[in-house]
Amino acid sequence: MAPAKVTNGQNPLRDPSDRRLPKIAGPSGLVIFGVTGDLAQKKLLPAVYDLANRGLLPPAFGLTGFARRDWQDQDFRKIAHDAIEKHSRTPFDEGVWEQLSKGFRFVSGEFSDDSAFERLAQTVQRLDDERGTGGNHAFYLSVPPGQFPLVLEQLAKVGLSTPAADTWRRVVVEKPFGHDLTSARELNDVVEEVFPPESVFRIDHYLGKETVQNLLALRFANQMFEPIWNANYVDHVQITMAEDIGIGSRAGYYDGIGAARDVIQNHLLQLLALTAMEEPVSFEADELRAEKEKVLSAVTIPRDIGRHTARGQYEAGWQGGEEVVGYLQEQGMSAGSITETYAAIRLDVDTRRWAGVPFYLRAGKRLGRRVTEIAIVFKRAPHLPFDLNETQELGQNAIVIRVQPDEGVTIRFGSKVPGTAMEVRDVTMDFGYGHAFTESSPEAYERLILDMLLGDPPLFPRQREVELSWQILDPIIDHWTKHGKPEPYRPGTWGPPSADAMLARDGRTWRRP
Amino acid sequence: MIISLENTTSSAIGAKLVELREEGGAVALGRVLTLVIVATGDSVEAAVAAANDASREHPCRVIVVDPGDDGDSAGLDAEIRVGGDAGASDVVLLRPLGDARHTVDTLVVPLLLPDAPIVVWWPHDPPENMSADPLGAMAQRRISDVGTCDTPIEELAGLADTYAPGDTDLSWARTTLWRGLAAASLDEPPFEPVRSVRVLGSQDRPSTHLFAAWLASSLKAPVTIEHDPGATAITGLDLERRTSSISMRRPEGSAVVTVTQAGRPDQQIAMAKRPIADCLMEDLRRLDPDEVYARTLVKGLPKVAAE
Repeated sequence: MAPAKVTNGQNPLRDPSDRRLPKIAGPSGLVIFGVTGDLAQKKLLPAVYDLANRGLLPPAFGLTGFARRDWQDQDFRKIAHDAIEKHSRTPFDEGVWEQLSKGFRFVSGEFSDDSAFERLAQTVQRLDDERGTGGNHAFYLSVPPGQFPLVLEQLAKVGLSTPAADTWRRVVVEKPFGHDLTSARELNDVVEEVFPPESVFRIDHYLGKETVQNLLALRFANQMFEPIWNANYVDHVQITMAEDIGIGSRAGYYDGIGAARDVIQNHLLQLLALTAMEEPVSFEADELRAEKEKVLSAVTIPRDIGRHTARGQYEAGWQGGEEVVGYLQEQGMSAGSITETYAAIRLDVDTRRWAGVPFYLRAGKRLGRRVTEIAIVFKRAPHLPFDLNETQELGQNAIVIRVQPDEGVTIRFGSKVPGTAMEVRDVTMDFGYGHAFTESSPEAYERLILDMLLGDPPLFPRQREVELSWQILDPIIDHWTKHGKPEPYRPGTWGPPSADAMLARDGRTWRRP
Repeated sequence: MIISLENTTSSAIGAKLVELREEGGAVALGRVLTLVIVATGDSVEAAVAAANDASREHPCRVIVVDPGDDGDSAGLDAEIRVGGDAGASDVVLLRPLGDARHTVDTLVVPLLLPDAPIVVWWPHDPPENMSADPLGAMAQRRISDVGTCDTPIEELAGLADTYAPGDTDLSWARTTLWRGLAAASLDEPPFEPVRSVRVLGSQDRPSTHLFAAWLASSLKAPVTIEHDPGATAITGLDLERRTSSISMRRPEGSAVVTVTQAGRPDQQIAMAKRPIADCLMEDLRRLDPDEVYARTLVKGLPKVAAE
């Protein structure tokens, strides 16, 4: 009997029908720049630990932190330990931590310091020797985009960006991918000068969320939704991303950026693309992106931008029993800033499927409550065999996909009110993700870091998508800069009156999420 | 909340469950499956605890069938647990007495969730032929755990004789982490066929045999089991290849696997023995027949030699 063949990509122990076997990343190292930052402490390090705790990281895994602090490896381990214990999703296990943290290293230095990057190169080399990370390394740039060129140039200079045969080097960048089309292209040129396009992983953590992936399952794995998912039945779509907090200490980042650039350009337009796109021929990365790009390229902006968009800025006031400062009084804010903290825009998708169906996108801070949702609002039934007063309380049917929190799907439809009279009123039918499946689904960052280490790209947007999004948003932001300023709104409400007026012009109202 | 019902019927229990839902919002609507547990005496509480843990990932209705003794007067006693006493599930304990014990399927039918899949779990002694059992025949998934039987290895052979699609054994879930590690080790260069395999571990544990059987049927190479005295689980694996053999060890009592391979630094990874709830959770994740388990059990087991 000849033993089973083993080649690169043919592993006799991996049977496609064996769905118990976890996908474990191969030997690899992760280098995090800006490891002392909030994102690294609250999300990245805990996600790495959670992956290890779920047995999804290889024994040969190394993590190198790079930051300005004057730390030794032990200091870094201590800080990482505390951050993980506080923020990890899965229970903290000393045994797992002990094995994982043996692969933790720290390199102290400035991004401009050549010798620090030489030390980094040596550290990475030593991880290959001591831990067996096999020359595979990913570089996570958790730093402001302004510093990308410097970091990338340094990586190239010490040869860290060039993989040897049979190994890989990848780079991970976070939003914002530029602040307009030109800067997005410039940023991309800088990155792609050092790393080839297939080695660049852009993280939009929304795409790693279970609910967003469930949107694809809901649409394309079911028979009952797709037939009505078009202009024949849909009246309009509302995509909302609301936060109840202000900008806090992020004035330096937020001022001059605003709600549209901060979340509409990436998260909301991605949600729009997934909601509106045609069925991809498969779920391969290229096919999925092709459909998203097609629909983004079909998006048109209103001819009269002033009438079909709205923006606002939160004032000081009492919100839910707490006194909060207004945007202009936030610490470090430039006086008279006209940055919007609330943005609402109408977009149309010029395809046969969506002709005449507006997509309303809104995002803001200090709104009523924290919620992200996609609401598909249907047309009224063409004929109602009831009296007008019998259907007084009947609204439009709707399917609402709650992305966060309380992930799930709500369907809203009319039902007879018990009693002798024929009276129809709206009721809801609710599917809660947390009721029907896991109590805690993996964090988006767990999924994305694992996919990146595995080299599995479907959930990462490509440069073309980024550019298309800016093409949509640039004229709107341009119009806003030239005309007027954001309208103030009370904290804890659903935005400025102009947002309501904008929908009223189309004969519609915003949903109260 | 725990509600005891004496000398009752299944339809009365069903009505009570609906009533509880209307009163307190103890909702079974989001439940994705019905888990029927057949257990007696002391093992009931341990099984219910594991099911409650697993229900955090798979919200389910748990129905425990706990047949009483022969001499009892005939009838049905029951207990309903909802809310904090039942994890993310609702639990119904059924204690049929006397003649009521002989038609357990009719006890369970009125309490099954509509349309949802049924899983039957025998935490201790499975029936001789699970798919021919009245409860087993209703189910999509039949889960045994021969590791808890008095003669586990003979029982394992029995499972192979009566295998029907939808059967699994929790011993199989106990091998998953080991299998993952073994598979990952062949994802890396050098890509060489494995010429022979040695599995170390307790000769008396079904999981040791299933792990070896899986390797034998997948690698098409000779596989032997080396008995590790004192071990209570799998403790090691040797994959012999032409230039680069791989060896993994997890000594009894340790939660760390050390991987040794020529030309590479020794690697260590945390891998504790899995609690029963973890194994159950994994088994509930997919309810279609497990083809790899079937192949391992039916074709793989006869290929394994003991040293």
